[in-house]
Amino acid sequence: MFRWPYQNVWQGRRRDRSGFPVRSEGSRSLRPQTKGSFKVADTVVGANPDTHAAGDDPNRRDFIHIAAAVAAGGAVASLAWPFIDQMNPSGDTLALASVEFDLTKVELGQQVVIKWRGKPLFVRKRTGAEIAAAIKDDKADLRDPQTDEERHKPGKAEWLVVIGTCTHLGCVPTFGGGDFGGWFCPCHGSHYDTSGRIRKGPAPKNLAVPDYAFLSDTKVKVG
Amino acid sequence: MSGHSNYEPKTGIERWLDTRLPIVRLAYDSIIDFPTPKNLNYWWTFGGILAVCLGIQLVTGIVLAMHYVPHVDHAFASVERIMRDVNYGWLIRYMHANGASMFFIAVYIHMFRGLYYGSYKAPREVLWILGCVIYLLMMATAFMGYVLPWGQMSFHGAVVITNLFGALPIVGEAITTWLWGGFAVDNPTLNRFFSLHYLLPFMIAGVVGLHIWALHVPGNNNPTGVNVKSKEDTVPFHPYYTVKDGFAIVVFLILFASFVFYNPNALGHADNYIPANPLVTPAHIVPEWYFLPFYAILRAVPDKLGGVLLMFGAIAVMFVLPWLDTSKVRSMRYRPTAKLYFFIFLLACLILGYCGGQLPDDHVIPHLSTFTLIDADLNSFVWLSRFAALYYFAYFLVILPILGLTETPLPQPESISAPVLSHPANAPAGAAASPEKRG
Repeated sequence: MFRWPYQNVWQGRRRDRSGFPVRSEGSRSLRPQTKGSFKVADTVVGANPDTHAAGDDPNRRDFIHIAAAVAAGGAVASLAWPFIDQMNPSGDTLALASVEFDLTKVELGQQVVIKWRGKPLFVRKRTGAEIAAAIKDDKADLRDPQTDEERHKPGKAEWLVVIGTCTHLGCVPTFGGGDFGGWFCPCHGSHYDTSGRIRKGPAPKNLAVPDYAFLSDTKVKVG
Repeated sequence: MSGHSNYEPKTGIERWLDTRLPIVRLAYDSIIDFPTPKNLNYWWTFGGILAVCLGIQLVTGIVLAMHYVPHVDHAFASVERIMRDVNYGWLIRYMHANGASMFFIAVYIHMFRGLYYGSYKAPREVLWILGCVIYLLMMATAFMGYVLPWGQMSFHGAVVITNLFGALPIVGEAITTWLWGGFAVDNPTLNRFFSLHYLLPFMIAGVVGLHIWALHVPGNNNPTGVNVKSKEDTVPFHPYYTVKDGFAIVVFLILFASFVFYNPNALGHADNYIPANPLVTPAHIVPEWYFLPFYAILRAVPDKLGGVLLMFGAIAVMFVLPWLDTSKVRSMRYRPTAKLYFFIFLLACLILGYCGGQLPDDHVIPHLSTFTLIDADLNSFVWLSRFAALYYFAYFLVILPILGLTETPLPQPESISAPVLSHPANAPAGAAASPEKRG
């Protein structure tokens, strides 16, 4: 008779003479039955620790089941995080996260688009009329209320630095379109004013102002 | 896959294999001897057509992956190299690109077939839900595949779709960053999309296996919607439906080939032959045609989160359809009122698809300005999509639940065979004496 090498782990079970475990209540072995050549094993009620009435204290077999399930579940759960987190920005992606930009390249009334963290960044040198229009609208009915003052560095009203992705679904708005003299998003029709504030359309937020600082009068560092 | 098997192994090798791995028995029971309702019409051939579509996409896709380079600096050029330099690369890529469209044409017909004939009703709810899972996987696969050539539409399509998840409160931004692997759609995004685009078709194949398994437990629905009552109602799958499906597949492949060879770019967008530029969004950004109805629903809602929820809701509602339709009558042949609403639903889906391809503020009837309702002119595509989207949801959530309780269906035949046998053309001599038994 073939025996499984780890058969001794089935210790609690009553066995027939060939080593197949016996069912809990009855007299039949789990061995595949063949006609005429099988001897019924003795019945020993309650000898199998697998069976205990509901409400009984867990026995040792239950403990082993629970402990094994917890150990396997814990191992899988603790390994899940590395496999999820590997999709987050990697070290080299994070290392490339800031740029410096020379402002002398931008003429009055002009906008320069630079790439920062894979996204377009609008650097605009605003005209007096545009700044005045933006301040005038501070009291308008704004979806994402912000004054123009809060959207540029103190004393640098002519420089507007915003992330050039529409806050709706991330398209790049074009300057000079729309009803408010600022940007217009071609994808789903959001209108931004000269301060980059959302005025009309589906976008929920103003164009985001990134963290940046003036290193000198002619140089900014973004990120 | 279930029930009684008539397979009898004929040779010694077959007997030997059958006691060890009854795979020949499985194939015999599933595609040769499988009892199939004898009245299936051509709308039932799309299951076989879809299997062919999946096969074509897998074979052409594996070949394309041998030549494609998933890197932002090389992806576009490697696709152009496939088109120009790789032997028959143009053919294989056009088969793959048009194959996706053909796959969706077939799946939409297959789904509307199920809707019309009530194939989602008991006992086929799991079969229907597995089909919805396949459809979701198909959409994910198609979307990621469209990103791979890294053209303008690829890139900005990926930007828009991944930004949808940004609409979720609190976790939105973390999820989009996680999907991108950076702060924007970039090389890590392309890499993982390629990996997943390769994986998902095999998951589809796996769920298709479950779908067929779930089909073979209750057996096919049929145009009458009446259960199979006896052996008289069925014919063996082979040769009856292998031949019928085969003929339909050939006809479908003629349509497929006409696109591949005569108009391979008709279903694509010209802007995708411009290399991706993260700094400029194309003036008119549209998804592939098979996503247009959902895109129209997204744009119909003026609120970002609301639009996203409604768009996903349009798919989610299909999963619970078996419990929304209260009618016990499966086939709409015997539900004249439901039939009317069904064809309006079909029209609403087509209208949504058309609106998805237009600019929201454009006029539906040219040069006619009516009045502004809330935020747009009433004669605009955004309002047309709103009405169509409203009907789309009303069909599932209001019409089908109520109609099943209030309508009076026509009498259903006693069996699949009954209307055929009682047809005058089949009447034996003398049967005309009892015309009331004609169906």
